[in-house]
Amino acid sequence: MSKQVQQLDRVIIRFAGDSGDGMQLTGDRFTAGTAEFGNDLSTFPNFPAEIRAPAGTLPGVSSFQLHFADHDILTPGDAPNVLVAMNPAALKANLPDLPRGADIIVNTDEFTKRNLQKVGYETNPLEDGSLSEWRVHAVPLTSLTVKALENFDISKKDAERSKNMFALGLLSWLYHRPTEHTIKFIETKFARKPEIAKANVAAFQAGWNYGETTESFSVSYEVKPAKLAPGVYRNITGNQALALGLIAAGVQSGLPLFLGSYPITPASDILHELSKHKNFGVRTFQAEDEIAGVGAALGASFGGALGVTTTSGPGVALKAETVGLAVATELPLILVDVQRAGPSTGMPTKTEQADLLMALFGRNGESPVPVVAPRSPSDCFDAALEAARIAIKYRTPVYLLSDGYLANGSEPWRLPELSELPDISQEFTAAPNGEDGTTFLPYKRDPETLARPWAIPGTAGLEHRIGGIEKADGTGNISYDPANHDLMVRLRQAKVDGIDVPDLEVDDPSGEANVLVVGWGSTYGPIAAAVRRIRKAGGHVAQAHFRHLNPLPKNTGEVLRKYDKVLLPEVNLGQLAMILRARYLVDVIGYNRVRGLPFKAEELAGVIQDVIDSA
Amino acid sequence: MPDNLTELVNGKGLALVPKAEGKQSLKDYKSDQEVRWCPGCGDYAILAAVQSFLPELGLRRENIVFVSGIGCSSRFPYYLNTYGFHSIHGRAPAIATGLAASRPDLSVWVITGDGDALSIGGNHLIHALRRNVNLNILLFNNRIYGLTKGQYSPTSELGKITKSTPMGSLDRPFNPISLVLGAEATFVARTIDSDRKHLQSVLREATAHRGTSFVEIYQNCNIFNDNAFEPLKDPEVRDDITLRLEHGQPIVSATKAVVRGADGGLEVVPRDSVSEDRILVHDAHNPDPSVAFALSRLDEPAFEHVPIGIFRQVDRPSYDSLMQGQLDEAVAQQGRGDLGALLHAGDTWRID
Repeated sequence: MSKQVQQLDRVIIRFAGDSGDGMQLTGDRFTAGTAEFGNDLSTFPNFPAEIRAPAGTLPGVSSFQLHFADHDILTPGDAPNVLVAMNPAALKANLPDLPRGADIIVNTDEFTKRNLQKVGYETNPLEDGSLSEWRVHAVPLTSLTVKALENFDISKKDAERSKNMFALGLLSWLYHRPTEHTIKFIETKFARKPEIAKANVAAFQAGWNYGETTESFSVSYEVKPAKLAPGVYRNITGNQALALGLIAAGVQSGLPLFLGSYPITPASDILHELSKHKNFGVRTFQAEDEIAGVGAALGASFGGALGVTTTSGPGVALKAETVGLAVATELPLILVDVQRAGPSTGMPTKTEQADLLMALFGRNGESPVPVVAPRSPSDCFDAALEAARIAIKYRTPVYLLSDGYLANGSEPWRLPELSELPDISQEFTAAPNGEDGTTFLPYKRDPETLARPWAIPGTAGLEHRIGGIEKADGTGNISYDPANHDLMVRLRQAKVDGIDVPDLEVDDPSGEANVLVVGWGSTYGPIAAAVRRIRKAGGHVAQAHFRHLNPLPKNTGEVLRKYDKVLLPEVNLGQLAMILRARYLVDVIGYNRVRGLPFKAEELAGVIQDVIDSA
Repeated sequence: MPDNLTELVNGKGLALVPKAEGKQSLKDYKSDQEVRWCPGCGDYAILAAVQSFLPELGLRRENIVFVSGIGCSSRFPYYLNTYGFHSIHGRAPAIATGLAASRPDLSVWVITGDGDALSIGGNHLIHALRRNVNLNILLFNNRIYGLTKGQYSPTSELGKITKSTPMGSLDRPFNPISLVLGAEATFVARTIDSDRKHLQSVLREATAHRGTSFVEIYQNCNIFNDNAFEPLKDPEVRDDITLRLEHGQPIVSATKAVVRGADGGLEVVPRDSVSEDRILVHDAHNPDPSVAFALSRLDEPAFEHVPIGIFRQVDRPSYDSLMQGQLDEAVAQQGRGDLGALLHAGDTWRID
């Protein structure tokens, strides 16, 4: 039987199920197949904070959304074209996001009276006509899987657990995904349980064959590979890219990397990843608390390491005093804040951009700290290197503001050639710098960067004491002198203000835009996708995105003032907008939503259009 | 680093710290800073004892680092001509942990007080001890807050009348020795500011120990808590109440002896009431900390009899050695890190 094949330019699939159903794994594998096939892609995992919420309930629903296309794309997509719902809870939780006409693949075996009741369905939506506006494919996934595995020597429970592989097989058929890597992956994952490995492979193949033979699916789809820039690619999450960026920073600076960290969602994966790479001389220290994490990192920096701490908002709050000490002692330190929804514990697995003002100002005294923010998952690599460059060159703590959306989302990353990576090495101070040739002045600054010397223990003749008490300019001795304090406060500020950050680049291809959309961090994808929509429809809009939040690029005021209207979407209540308004006296229009979710391109396109129309 | 690092350095606290070439003197360790404690403060005696002890170690001065927190004692690093880091309240053990874990070639000292180490920094202290980070921690215990001008501290006696407790403090004090033994510290000692010879003998053992050496130093604050340790200094009674702890020796004062009680605990009895063979012989190397803990409880009620000396001294691999061991093992198993290979790991594809 030959089936119809339809060509599509892009598809958005959402896998949803119970947190025990293996949806993240299924999504990951489908993504790997898609990457291997050569589509551009972007992913968005969305999972509950609970490790195992009660089975079959709405809070237990875990989902994974994948957007793939034959052209370059910027976001995991607004609304799914296809929903795979493994149970009634997954259907109910995700249906509101599903446009009419979309495909729904449901596991009918889970639509039992009890499961329907658990989520408040009084009648079975598969039978009561409430889904008539969607294309429903009712598939008894569990029983088909169990049947396909009846000749395997495994328990019924293990057979049932393979249903996600059946679903993966079916979806792989539906979208012509290559299968070889997935089979290899299953064999490796279950290498110690060969029977389970075989069963999972069989379930995967049974899913594929089911698609091929059943009448429920009359059409399959092809999405041609995307024409991306030449190079070698791999799919990568923000947290992975950030960890690799830190390792690269160690290599490119010639400094041993020291991570002091305390587990916290959604930053822990950076600690996990770095812990695997001790062969790079990476020391990872799981501290007793957030404060010790940053303290140990600062102690290591004092000893000549590249000290790093990784955390999320609540951890930043605890580390603040030590960050102030790093400002006063002027030592390199990288502070990674993978932002999540706050205040307080907030929503640990949900994203937000609301730590910007804390990073900028959340310390006692005048305490300037540079801030860098990556714009996409793979950009976390470059941003980590940039944060390290600034920290080392200027002897300062640097905030790297990632967020939950970047941390867990993924996209293809064109791997850089090692020769493309910046050299961020600096020499330690090795000789006295006093005019007499024997004295060492730990606070005598480089006239150009205003950085102080970095003389590490073990260097003879440069013994010196540093600390949090105000120091005299030059000698570093304790000083309560009023004029000296005023000078030191201004010097520390001038050092950070003088950091060499590149100019803000404006994307305004027609040159006819009156409206500029600016953003920072993870909103790059949805803003750029929205800008494309406007331009495709014939509109004109300019876009600029901040990577450096402190200091801001020197041309910022000039850029902002060039346009009639400046729009700034942020996943907070207007934090960067406040800074830009205060500093440049520009009437920035904010667009702010704090739902724990990234913006949607369509939503932002609407907002931009409204601003254009009112300009 | 050699493969048998742990074996090489255990019991040899300074084996990895480079030695100075010439002979050193006290002058080498005095910084150019004016010492600014209150006249008569016990900190002067401790500083002088440390400054005159360091030359004996013969280490390269630049490989010594003093790290402190906040409090009167935490000014200590400024007065030594070594590397120094005067940090923030309670965090010195955390900062020193990062330094010592990444630099086995340094002799790292933490200078702290009863408020710094046992109140705001209590968590870092016990975790440094649990990990056995290669540090010498000197806790100056004056049983009062000095720098903030006289509030009670976590070692002040119950009912202490101070500015913040005009009707007497309500919280029971920590016994620092009991606390750190509970955290299974590998080296635990107590000494006193006024007995330089004893203080230096404890420092000698503490620096020879690889791992965390914890030394409580009774230190007099003559402004806010004068004479807190007077019984131990008073020639009339000090020899009677001081129980000297020396490994392999019976635990006695001039007139008292420690014996095992009927309930299995320890008791202090008149020395002449028991035969020599009933007196407890001190075993600082006992892997089980229970007897050391029982010894630490003997000064309840305070100053009837006070054990002074090394309570415990056992070998356990230090944190930096273990960490370095894992780094070496990772290189042995995976080969030295190759950034290009790391970036290209996992599923990759090429677009031409």
